[in-house]
Amino acid sequence: MEVGQMQRRLVDYTKSLFMEGFLDAQFLQLQQLQDESNPDFVVEVVSLFLDDSEKLLNDLTMALDQPNVDFKKVDAHVHQLKGSSSSIGAQRVKNACIAFRSFCEEQNIDATLRCLQQVKQEYYLVKNKLETMLRLEQQIVAAGGSIPMIELGF
Amino acid sequence: MSGNGASSSSLNMISGEDVVNNNLSALVVDDSPLLRLLHDIHLKKYGLKVQVAENGKVAVDLFHLGASFDLVLMDKEMPVMNGVEATKELRAMGVTSMIVGVTSKDGPGEQQAFMEAGLDYCFEKPLTPEIISFLLEELNKHNNKN
Repeated sequence: MEVGQMQRRLVDYTKSLFMEGFLDAQFLQLQQLQDESNPDFVVEVVSLFLDDSEKLLNDLTMALDQPNVDFKKVDAHVHQLKGSSSSIGAQRVKNACIAFRSFCEEQNIDATLRCLQQVKQEYYLVKNKLETMLRLEQQIVAAGGSIPMIELGF
Repeated sequence: MSGNGASSSSLNMISGEDVVNNNLSALVVDDSPLLRLLHDIHLKKYGLKVQVAENGKVAVDLFHLGASFDLVLMDKEMPVMNGVEATKELRAMGVTSMIVGVTSKDGPGEQQAFMEAGLDYCFEKPLTPEIISFLLEELNKHNNKN
């Protein structure tokens, strides 16, 4: 596949992530921070988000598996996950965390377990999307092309 | 004063060259490596010298050791020492840096408590280019007066 085609494919794929609500404007701001002095910034931030999230989801699973659930601890983990997903522009994960927090406040164990599943689902979806997008970028760079900037009308 | 986080539809980066920031230094205090990286790169793009600290105690210790910063971005929820405690300690030490609280969307009461600890401003994380530009303008105005 020639570089122009790959670039168009990347643009269309990235736009679809915004249209489907996986990413929001914050992700575009991350891309704008990447330049020659920080050429791997987006990859680094995405990697940090993925590492952070895996750990937090494990912590949440353990915390909700206790005989006496410490909802303050659960809320603290969700708060962190909300913060990092918001910072990277992972909109659907962020929104799932907002709902999760409200059930933590109510100390509703059934609802929080459902929320955990929802957050996990949204996380694995966006993880898959981000990894695909970064792979497309790598292919373009390997073929000698540059990564096109995405312009969206909000 | 509190502002909104990253929901602006204006995505134009305001050029760091518009304001000379080469002599300004910043300390990013946040327990999240992701937020530390994000704010670090963001501020460096505007020409600031940036250091990071993973909690309030590390930040306070830096000042005790004689470090000084024009701007401190202070996360609220951190282990060991949170942003409220760290801000109170820094002000009690006589630190006059601009301290900007950076929070997740909390209730108004929680932001108020954070402001009362001695913040100059409090914004929702992550900071947008517009907010960073505003803070740097305020910093430069303050430095030009002195």
